[in-house]
Amino acid sequence: MTLSEYLDKLSALEAQAPAQIAGADSIDALATVKNALLGRQAGALTALMNALGELPKDDRRAAGAGANKLKVALEESLELRRAQLAAQAANSGPTLDLSMPARDRWQGTVHPVSMVIDEVVEIFRELGFTIALGPEAEQSWYNFGALNFPADHPAMDMHDTLYLGQDQVLRTHTSPVQVRTLQQYAPPIRILAPGNVYRRDFFDPSHAPMFAQVEGLVVDEGVSFADLKATLSHFARRYFGANIKTRFRPSFFPFTEPSAEMDVQCGVCGGAGCGVCKHSGWVEILGSGMVHPAVLENAGLDSEKYTGWAFGMGPARTAISRHGIPDIRILYDSDVRFLDQFGK
Amino acid sequence: MNLSHAWLSRFVPHGKTPEQVRDLLTAHVATVEGLEALRADLAPIVVAQVVASEKVPDTKLSFNKVDDGSGELLEVICGANNVVVGNKYPFARSGTTIPTGLKIEKRKIRGFTSNGMLCSADELKLGSDHDGIYTLDTDAAPGTPFLDVMPLGDVQIQLDVLPNRPDLLSHLGVARELSAITGVKLAAPKELADLPALGESLSQGEREASGGGISVRVEDSTDCPRYMAAVITGVTVCPSPDWLRDAVESVGGRSINNVVDATNYMLHGFGQPMHAFDKAKLGGAGIVVRRAKPGETLVTLDGSTRKLDPEMLVIADAERATALAGVMGGKDSEVTDATTDIVLEVATFSAKQVRVTRRKAGLSTDASYRFERGVDDAMVPQALALGAALLAQVSGGHVEALVDVGRAPAPRTPVTLSVARVARVLGDAVPREECARLLGALGFEVIVKGETLMATPPSWRHDVSRDVDLIEEIARLRGFDRLPDELTGHRPGSVPDHPLWTAYRRIRDALVAAGLHEVRPLPFTSGAGQGDITSLVRVQNPLAEDEPYLRSSILDTLARRAEYNLNRMQGHVRLFEVGSVFGAQPGKAPRESMHAALLVMGQRRPSHFTEAAPPAFDAWDAKALAETLAAAAYPGATVTFEAGSEAVLWRMLVGAQFVGEVRRVSLDAPVWASAAFGVELMLGEVSSASVAAAGQHAHGAVPPVTGVAALVQGTRVPQRFVPLPTQPAAEFDLALLVPDAVPAGDVEGLLKRTGGELLERVMLFDEFRGKGVPEGTRSLAWRLTFRHPERTLREKELEGRRSQLLKALETLGVRPRA
Ligand SMILES: [Zn+2]
Repeated sequence: MTLSEYLDKLSALEAQAPAQIAGADSIDALATVKNALLGRQAGALTALMNALGELPKDDRRAAGAGANKLKVALEESLELRRAQLAAQAANSGPTLDLSMPARDRWQGTVHPVSMVIDEVVEIFRELGFTIALGPEAEQSWYNFGALNFPADHPAMDMHDTLYLGQDQVLRTHTSPVQVRTLQQYAPPIRILAPGNVYRRDFFDPSHAPMFAQVEGLVVDEGVSFADLKATLSHFARRYFGANIKTRFRPSFFPFTEPSAEMDVQCGVCGGAGCGVCKHSGWVEILGSGMVHPAVLENAGLDSEKYTGWAFGMGPARTAISRHGIPDIRILYDSDVRFLDQFGK
Repeated sequence: MNLSHAWLSRFVPHGKTPEQVRDLLTAHVATVEGLEALRADLAPIVVAQVVASEKVPDTKLSFNKVDDGSGELLEVICGANNVVVGNKYPFARSGTTIPTGLKIEKRKIRGFTSNGMLCSADELKLGSDHDGIYTLDTDAAPGTPFLDVMPLGDVQIQLDVLPNRPDLLSHLGVARELSAITGVKLAAPKELADLPALGESLSQGEREASGGGISVRVEDSTDCPRYMAAVITGVTVCPSPDWLRDAVESVGGRSINNVVDATNYMLHGFGQPMHAFDKAKLGGAGIVVRRAKPGETLVTLDGSTRKLDPEMLVIADAERATALAGVMGGKDSEVTDATTDIVLEVATFSAKQVRVTRRKAGLSTDASYRFERGVDDAMVPQALALGAALLAQVSGGHVEALVDVGRAPAPRTPVTLSVARVARVLGDAVPREECARLLGALGFEVIVKGETLMATPPSWRHDVSRDVDLIEEIARLRGFDRLPDELTGHRPGSVPDHPLWTAYRRIRDALVAAGLHEVRPLPFTSGAGQGDITSLVRVQNPLAEDEPYLRSSILDTLARRAEYNLNRMQGHVRLFEVGSVFGAQPGKAPRESMHAALLVMGQRRPSHFTEAAPPAFDAWDAKALAETLAAAAYPGATVTFEAGSEAVLWRMLVGAQFVGEVRRVSLDAPVWASAAFGVELMLGEVSSASVAAAGQHAHGAVPPVTGVAALVQGTRVPQRFVPLPTQPAAEFDLALLVPDAVPAGDVEGLLKRTGGELLERVMLFDEFRGKGVPEGTRSLAWRLTFRHPERTLREKELEGRRSQLLKALETLGVRPRA
């Protein structure tokens, strides 16, 4: 055997060994490969090293160095592969039953009414609305007088009020925030005011003594009923779907004139009439109207220069209908079995 | 307000179906909440034609072949003797139920099968005037619903009338609107066509007048601007004629007798409340409209005895009160079967006065409901004339005299409207002529002056006083659907987001991520366990007497909610809320603040097969949640925890300012429940103080932001980059015997202070009491990590630091554990 023949054999072994090592798909298979390469009896490299004696004396040193280098490289590769296979075995060994459940964490939840408020806020934010807040224990003047409620009039009967004192009430709607905002900030005003309101209503499946409302208010020069219609219809399309039909019908609120209620086509029957929509084909979504000039004047604004529109909606109604909640009371109970359902 | 479709049609022959009327009223006037077929029981009945008929020998029965439009001739047996081949009859198919409640079944008689029933008027509850089956005079094809053929299918229209439109509380009022919408002119209902003309005398006076044997006096014209009465003699009180009974019943009323029904007809037909007194029972034949006397009582028509006081207005005879003015009549002067002479009252009472009277009496009637909202004060004379004539006609009486005390109402003031303003408010130009036409159709008297309209409201409208009121009339009659609804540009608003809203969102995100449930419970409380009861805000008219207060702490609410869950065997409770709490301030409005609070109890994690019973939440979890909450609430602030006492584990402070606390929460809990922990944090006041005086604004004024509110609005200082270490760290542990009186925090503070600048981290990793640890002390172990930025620390240097630290610890009485 000449030196070049010997080196060729080493090269051939060096070329084929990586594929053999990589091809071993278990620790056992790797042991077989290792034996075939480095085994004391059957190892290919062992055989070559044993054959060093057949070379001319001068060539033995160079050939031996080449063989040793290959041996170190193969040992490294074999060890790497072994570690790899060992890690794989630890991760997917036959002892792991993959059908067993994951280790859960407690899931936190946002209240279903807050979820609706979030979605409403989100849509109006796109249209440049910001968030205003006001007190729940409110002055009667902000709750009624400033909003053009005539003193001692049947219009007050629509708001069965919880009184805290002579001139103090639990606000019956979020509309007082309109007046507070108009007094605090100069137009243009574009706000939403979410918050809790109170009525002296006992619990029944659809009424509660406290519930959330979202108020909206836009005041500037040149704001019109057409803007109201456009914005609220846009909201309805964003919230209920691009093809939703809306309608506006006359209504009455002391603090808006003209006043209108917005309905959307019933999602259950598609407008044909069903129990959910009381066979009208429409579902009431919000009350709205042009801000009454008296309200602007009560907030110290020029009612000839400025016009505005406002709306109010009850997110609990939406939450109840979309989740199929039969009794509004469960929204208040804070039963963890109920709340857990919204973390799924 | 219940309306009869048939009655409306008599006022305005609109020719619309009930569904069309519903849609028109809802779109232009007020919402129709429901339609109710008054003879829904007739819905299954169809028109059928007899095509062959054969007598069954020795009986009254006939065997008939009937075409019911089904395409197949049916065999029907009939017991009536007026069956005529070719005639049409109302027919009930087998399987249906007829108005008497009888279910029609297939049956066999003498070998014949009968597949339904030809009906008599009696069987259809249409009166029993006729013998035999009901012959129909109609061209309608067999199979046509009977209700389509006979005008019996009146439909009740349920209209939601809001407080601003009392004029819609009558058929006439709604008919006016339908007339304006459809352009069909109003007509006099046919039942009023042949009323007798009144040839009686009319006596008039500002304060009093008399005629027909009665005298009328009004004490205060503010309470009662006008009082008219008719004296009708020789009446017979008896059941009403069919048309009157039907009318009363069509709006959901109960027919009483001809006199009462006639007054109710006027109420529902024309919106004018009326009352009939038995003239013989009016003491001294006098009527006085006056305030009640102190201690006076009255038995009202509903049989209850009512105590009166001088704030209430009554109708009295010479001696005593006989009616609550505008609300309800008295039992003593009620019309009975024995009544022969009647005094019919038609009056205008002050809306405020009626409201006071009916509130004090604690009842609301059809009359008071209308007076409170406002009746058509100009209509009183016609209403009296019409009512008296109707009553005379249906009772066979004679109108003897009319008495009129008071004055006709002052003419209404016109409201000015500029056409440009209409366009500005609606966002759509409505031509001057169209504005005038629409208002005219609604009964306004309109004068056009250039681009300005002067519109005088009709006497029945009390809700129109400003130009926007006219604009609403124009917009709704024209139709809201005609207004454009394309989004246009807008200027950005000037209002920044409220800081408490952004704080709420930050807190919610943090606590939901920590696995807690947001809740929105009621804030009412019994006050128990909330300290001094006088510091709580009390609701004056609470929903429940056992929970009359508003909470001063959210944690209190969460504790009650936790108990609710425990009562339902739910022991793993993790709740939080961001909401208002309230405090009473003597002589001042309640103070309202926003707080955030959380409560945890039960397992720290869900069970898993690797850990069937995870440990329960403890004080250390609560402290961590408090830190999470505070970091979300006060960006950039450093919150310190000071040991509390009793249930308070820690008081939370920012600088010297108290901001919240971590507590053990005591619950009314079953034995299996684990301990509950709570955190409550202050977010700032939500003031109900006036922003500015009424009619003023405070634009540009920036209210000072102080205290907790400033913390909520703080900003986090951006984290400065710390170079990543290039040198290895060196660590050693200190196991120390710490006297019980020395807080671990003090030891840790000292370690940090004296550890030098190379000390990178101090971590408490063990606490131990017991074997080998002397009484009155505990073993605490810290791991200290040191690192030099440029080189490896030598063993000797670390030794030096250890002995330095141990020496310093001696000042606290702390020594190394042997
Ligand atoms: Zn529906």
